[in-house]
Amino acid sequence: MIVELGHFALVLAFLVALVQMILPMWGARIGDVRLMGVGAPAALAQFGLLIIAFSALMHAYVVSDFSVANVYANSHSTKPLIYRISGVWGNHEGSMLLWVLILALFGAAVAAFGTNLPETLRANVLAVQASIALAFLLFILLTSNPFERLDPVPADGRGLNPILQDPALAFHPPFLYAGYVGFSMAYSFAIAGLIEGRTDAAWARWVRPWTLAAWMFLTVGIAMGSWWAYYELGWGGWWFWDPVENASFMPWLAGTALLHSAVVMEKREALKVWTILLAILTFSLSLMGAFLVRSGVLSSVHAFAVDPKRGVFILAIMLLFIGGGLMLYAARAPSLRQGGLFAPLSREGGLVLNNVLLTTATGTVLVGTLYPLALESINGAKISVGAPYFNATFVPLMVPLLLALPFGPLLGWKRGDVAAAMQRLMIAGLLAIVAAVVALAIVQRGPWLAPFAIALGVWVVAGALSELAFRVKAGNADRAEVFRRLRHLPRSVYGTAIAHAGVGVMVIGIAATSAWQSETILTMRPGQTVQIAGYDVAFTGVAPAEGPNYREVIGLMQVSRGGSRITELSPSKRQYNAPPQATSEAGILNALAGDLYVVLGDEAGDGAWSVRLYFNPLVRLIWIGAVIMFIGGACSLSDRRLRVGAPRRARRRLPAAAPAE
Amino acid sequence: MTRRRRRGIMIAGALVVLAAAVGLVLAALRESIVFFHTPSDLAAKAIPEGQRIRLGGLVAVGSVKRGEGVDVQFAITDTAEQVTVRYRGVLPDLFREGQGVVTEGALESGRVFRADTVLAKHDENYMPREVADALKEKGLWQHGGPPPGTGTPQPAVEKK
Repeated sequence: MIVELGHFALVLAFLVALVQMILPMWGARIGDVRLMGVGAPAALAQFGLLIIAFSALMHAYVVSDFSVANVYANSHSTKPLIYRISGVWGNHEGSMLLWVLILALFGAAVAAFGTNLPETLRANVLAVQASIALAFLLFILLTSNPFERLDPVPADGRGLNPILQDPALAFHPPFLYAGYVGFSMAYSFAIAGLIEGRTDAAWARWVRPWTLAAWMFLTVGIAMGSWWAYYELGWGGWWFWDPVENASFMPWLAGTALLHSAVVMEKREALKVWTILLAILTFSLSLMGAFLVRSGVLSSVHAFAVDPKRGVFILAIMLLFIGGGLMLYAARAPSLRQGGLFAPLSREGGLVLNNVLLTTATGTVLVGTLYPLALESINGAKISVGAPYFNATFVPLMVPLLLALPFGPLLGWKRGDVAAAMQRLMIAGLLAIVAAVVALAIVQRGPWLAPFAIALGVWVVAGALSELAFRVKAGNADRAEVFRRLRHLPRSVYGTAIAHAGVGVMVIGIAATSAWQSETILTMRPGQTVQIAGYDVAFTGVAPAEGPNYREVIGLMQVSRGGSRITELSPSKRQYNAPPQATSEAGILNALAGDLYVVLGDEAGDGAWSVRLYFNPLVRLIWIGAVIMFIGGACSLSDRRLRVGAPRRARRRLPAAAPAE
Repeated sequence: MTRRRRRGIMIAGALVVLAAAVGLVLAALRESIVFFHTPSDLAAKAIPEGQRIRLGGLVAVGSVKRGEGVDVQFAITDTAEQVTVRYRGVLPDLFREGQGVVTEGALESGRVFRADTVLAKHDENYMPREVADALKEKGLWQHGGPPPGTGTPQPAVEKK
């Protein structure tokens, strides 16, 4: 009954989305306030209906209702409650339902908080948002219905892939989707702006918080996925340039560029045409990510669905929204008015450089991701494009970006003084050089580029702090004045500095762990000790154990350093019951200086086991950096000027500030 | 500076970055892509020793032999041809005799494949996609049906 209710709510949501797409847009066209007014309640109703549908599916999972095909295929009665819940989105149908739910959430947010938007803009935004929801709801209802029943009812389910039964991965998809789908707001605003033929600073002020929120979620979502891959897949790696990872990384890169170009548009009314294009492209990359992951064209654990009907449907959705958006753009963009002038060496110029490098880098990732698919469909050759390709293309583009990054916030709008900025970055530069020398002195091995990369990370962190120091006149004013300035700095300035520092922290982590990881593979007998990175790891044997839905063999590893015992690690090999599948759980000793990472391999006979040990120096900094970036974003989002309600105030001021509009 | 000149400088800058990126991409595509082959491909084509390739197929039943320490040797088959693979390290959890696997490495003398990476990640049908495609081409496996090698051993596997 509840399941049918969910299905019914899903169909109703489709119908409501249809109404929400047509009436407000028509109303905006003929100037009918009542028709435009349909948009907001429709968006709220659509969201409410999808909550009902989603809750119905979640209920079926929680009570293990195996008469539902989707629950049967992806759940099992012995599975712990948290994974029964996360199982809702751990499969194709459920994850698409989550996708439209989040899409509707953003639409409802515009309906609820967008009361100060111009009436027609709001109507058009809600209509465009509804059209996206409509396409995906149709996709779910026709090809991926999560509410399909089974008859006869199976006794128990087939279970969720055990490597997906993990706390980090349970919440990875919701964050990722909040990011992916959040960029739909930028798209809807861009299309609505193009329909109206009017985009201005107020438009950018509206788009920016949504983009920033989506970007924050995507940052955390990607970081969670990387963290999961690191400890769950047992390779000691944190990023594999897997097509599925790239599918989430490309919208992130484009979204990062969009955040920065929207600043220029908001502050200087320049780069309008480009920002609109970037908004369309960012969401297009999200759609492409959905296509790559959901259609099963990739060879990867994530690509569950191998049903060509679905692939073609999503491809059609993707082409419709990308093609439609770009056609509208081509038709309308030339009529958008150009904004303020600026010199190449200025804050705007710096942000343009940021955009050029980020979008080009997105392009290289795109080529690397799609090239194997293209080549295979042309001549059938199967190739893999792996880390070497991305290291040779993506990384060189990031170097100038990171070198230039600290200059950006220190340059003035319109015309910047590079010499003055260099002076202010003197200390940061010195710190970077010191960091490189120290890195060289401590670690004599590894590629010669590694100390340079460490210096680059330190340069970015110190540069971000230098900007703050300059703004509060640290060293030039008395203490009271510095504190007064610290208190009164806008939060967005803190946000910028924190997020940039997060990038630097991440770079340090990436550089250190990529260049100086140590690895040992050997077979160990009980009582044997192995040394790695200053740790002594003694293998004392294995012990069997049992979990809620698996059995495991635990390797007992005593870790000590310089004779004093530190901890015991217990890497294990698990055998899950449903589905019957083996996994490895790495034993990890977390420390800021680096992780000791132990994986138990196979039994080699005579009580000996193969064991793989890694030492990953500073690897934590990668995820800490991502969290710092998230905090920076949150700080910026809490700035009064950026808050979702802010455009009201700005709009009143606008006619005086920009009479040209 | 006039508006046009400023814009010209910026467009030129963007083009320089773009050209550099295109150059990097083309160079990297020439050097760092890795082709996928089946054992039959290795028999039919002259793939030079030392060239980095991916080799995929089924792990021949009964072929896994553990050597000194973490050395391991097994055979990859596509039921028509078979190639011996040597690997030093810990095999992935999903590595099983009779199931699909993709290895990356290079041929050594005597048609032995020296792998430095063994991938056994797969979809719900316990088959890496390249392997599934290659087997489908040979008409040995229909999607949705049970993968070969899990039931009765294939003739080529028994021949060894």
